[in-house]
Amino acid sequence: MFGYYLDLALRSLKRNKVLTALMVIAIAVGIGASMTTLTVMHLLSGDPIPTRSATLFYPQVDPSPDPDPGHTHEAWDMMDYRSAMDLWAAHRADRQAMVASGSLRLTAPEVNQPPLMAQMLSTTSDFFPMFDVPFQYGGGWQPQDDQSRSRVAVISSDLNIKLFGGANSVGRTLRLKDNDVRIIGVLAPWRPSPQFYDVAGGRFSNGKTASFYNKPEDVFMPFSSSLDINASGTNIFTCWHVPDADTKIEDKPCVWVALWVQLDSAAKASNYRRFIADYAAQQKALGRLTHADNTTLRSLMQWLDFNQVVPSDVRLQTWLAFAFLLICLFNTVGLLLAKFLRRSGEIGVRRALGATQGAVLAQCLVEAGLIGLIGGIGGWLLTLLGLALIRQQPVEYADLLHLDSMMFLTTFVMAIVASLLAGAVPAWRASRVALGLQLKTL
Amino acid sequence: MPLRPILSSLRHHKLTALLLMLQVAVTCAIVCNVAFMISERVGQVTLSSGVDEAALSMLDSEMIRKGGNPQAQHAADLAALRALPGVTAAVAVDSLPLGDGESSYGACASAEDMAKAIAAHSMMQSGLCMQPAVFGGSPGEIGALGLHLVEGRDFHQDEYMTGTEVPTAIISKALADRLYPGKDPLGQSIYSGADKPIRVVGVVGTLLRPHLRESTSNQLAMIYPMLPNNAQVTYLLRSKPDDRQRVLRAAAARLFQVNPDRIIPAENMRTFEQMRGDYFQRDTTMIGLLLTSALGLLFVTALGITGLANFWVQQRTRQIGIRRAIGATRTDILRYFQGENFLIVSAGIVIGLLLAVLLNLILMAHYELPRLPLFYLPISAAVLWLLGQLAVLGPAMRAARVPPVVATRAA
Repeated sequence: MFGYYLDLALRSLKRNKVLTALMVIAIAVGIGASMTTLTVMHLLSGDPIPTRSATLFYPQVDPSPDPDPGHTHEAWDMMDYRSAMDLWAAHRADRQAMVASGSLRLTAPEVNQPPLMAQMLSTTSDFFPMFDVPFQYGGGWQPQDDQSRSRVAVISSDLNIKLFGGANSVGRTLRLKDNDVRIIGVLAPWRPSPQFYDVAGGRFSNGKTASFYNKPEDVFMPFSSSLDINASGTNIFTCWHVPDADTKIEDKPCVWVALWVQLDSAAKASNYRRFIADYAAQQKALGRLTHADNTTLRSLMQWLDFNQVVPSDVRLQTWLAFAFLLICLFNTVGLLLAKFLRRSGEIGVRRALGATQGAVLAQCLVEAGLIGLIGGIGGWLLTLLGLALIRQQPVEYADLLHLDSMMFLTTFVMAIVASLLAGAVPAWRASRVALGLQLKTL
Repeated sequence: MPLRPILSSLRHHKLTALLLMLQVAVTCAIVCNVAFMISERVGQVTLSSGVDEAALSMLDSEMIRKGGNPQAQHAADLAALRALPGVTAAVAVDSLPLGDGESSYGACASAEDMAKAIAAHSMMQSGLCMQPAVFGGSPGEIGALGLHLVEGRDFHQDEYMTGTEVPTAIISKALADRLYPGKDPLGQSIYSGADKPIRVVGVVGTLLRPHLRESTSNQLAMIYPMLPNNAQVTYLLRSKPDDRQRVLRAAAARLFQVNPDRIIPAENMRTFEQMRGDYFQRDTTMIGLLLTSALGLLFVTALGITGLANFWVQQRTRQIGIRRAIGATRTDILRYFQGENFLIVSAGIVIGLLLAVLLNLILMAHYELPRLPLFYLPISAAVLWLLGQLAVLGPAMRAARVPPVVATRAA
């Protein structure tokens, strides 16, 4: 029966090409617009590290000293050096890494290229195993390198290509400012979306959060030795006092260090929660912290949610695209209604010859589904076009965009479901045509 | 025109009429809000910076070796840049309107206000202190930027220094109005946390800050006689508008001759318009997207109206023939379909305007959009009425051409 209905549907579509084209275009445009934005949403709001995200946490204590009435009771997005260092050095989690970012001047003395400004991540040895960072050559540094302030660095695949043409550069030298460091590892291409370990301050960004989707830094160095080299170029989140110019960065009244911990079970997470609360209470007793009750331990995904990492423009575009799809569907409903009811005579004959209401309904729905399928193909092409257009834009996440198999399938499922929904009312109406009346007018 | 027959005929097409009405309503609500968002963003990207944008271009230079004397280097660089043919002025600056990188300081009209603001932990809370952006630059900055002093004078040569403890400042008109309402700003003191208050010696008209905030504080800015004193500096060049690309290339080459030990990032070698374009790049993309989707929505709705009207005309060919046979003129038929469209679209618009206000409330809660000005409502109603009438015109005219003889034929 399905084959026969399909044949009928094809004939009917061919009969009125303009109307068919209108419906197909309406579905294609609506699907294209919503799938383009949905794909962007899907890529931006996804889990940056699906295998690990459930075990990664972001502890925070509140070093703000003043009992300020305007204090929002939400700790700053990063920690001061002392708190972060204490928590890190306690090694109470399965793995832990401190993170701070900065920028500095970089040259490769053996390579004849102009100096460039590079982004550097200061972190500790657990960073690489904890975040499953893939290596192309060499590997990360060891815990003792953190202790001994080793002048070693891991570089990104991009930087390795730029400086060394992609060859194995382990053992070669980089000059950071005026210091020589030895390359001990080169990352394989690694592009978490968002660049989760640097996310902070989303709630102050007014929805302009596209920078969370930047590429990872080009240089990774042990936290201790990177401060020896680039304390002045390290990014500071905010300060609660104006720091004196000659204060060492470790002692500045500022927050600039993030701590990530890996806790492999719920029990460990609740233990760690207690540990940071105890730490804050102890520090309050020592007179260093004021807000001992203000500690949090968010999981990675909670932290991303809290920072509203998906840019508000992207969310707005998604809503707009779905409104567009809705209007396109309204249109299709109207046009299908017109099309089916125009065939009332034909349907009357089928019914008189013994077709049930269900059979007429099925026939109409097959026709609607076919329109959806053709519209889906158009929508898929338009989605590819839309993504290609966004890739041309100078946005941070441009290189991330692609249509994965899940979104490809979603395109067609959505097109067919949308057209069946649009076809439901017209098909129901068509199946209920008054038999006698139609036959009389023939 | 008699509406009764139209209404009673619509009663037989409840579902289709309802669909069309809803489509018009949703379109009306969305287009109304999208139009408002477009105008908000256009308002942003067309904000006047107050400087002579057409004549300006700039490039950054960063010395590779730390140490040395940045000021001496800047002076040498500027002398070389000024000697370039086509350059009418060159100054070293630390920031520019719409340049994004900004330093801002608390500024109060009196020491008491400053104390209050410090006690309240907020510069803006006391109402008397502001958080203006501060521009520093080498002598001649006002002239090179093409700023107009509405009051007072430019800085004297001996007022320039390197720190923030400057003796004098030139402030924007907006800042003057906020700090010293109803008073002559000239000679007033700015308390900014420095040991000595800063004296206002001049007022410039419009001056946008490097990084925009809410609309009320976009123009809060001060210019300090503060020489850039970092290894990294921006050189601002003034030349004929169409000569700027050549001047920029010549300037970069000349700077490398003066001292090759520097980085001149290619992405920051740009004209003022390019910098403005970079600053507003996301907004311009968004304007394009919003505009396309608004036009797309209107187009799709028009298609829907035409499609349905066509169907109705075909369905009623016989009735039209009968009406024509018993004396209705072509105009009567035309008017009938136009009237029918008007009724449906009007009903849609009424619902749509309510939806528009509702949607605006949602957007206000989630996207910090201001309240929709009410004049958008009649405008979008008019646009949809016009669209409906245009969309129905073709089918209605075809209906009017139906000859009376159709009535005598079998259907």
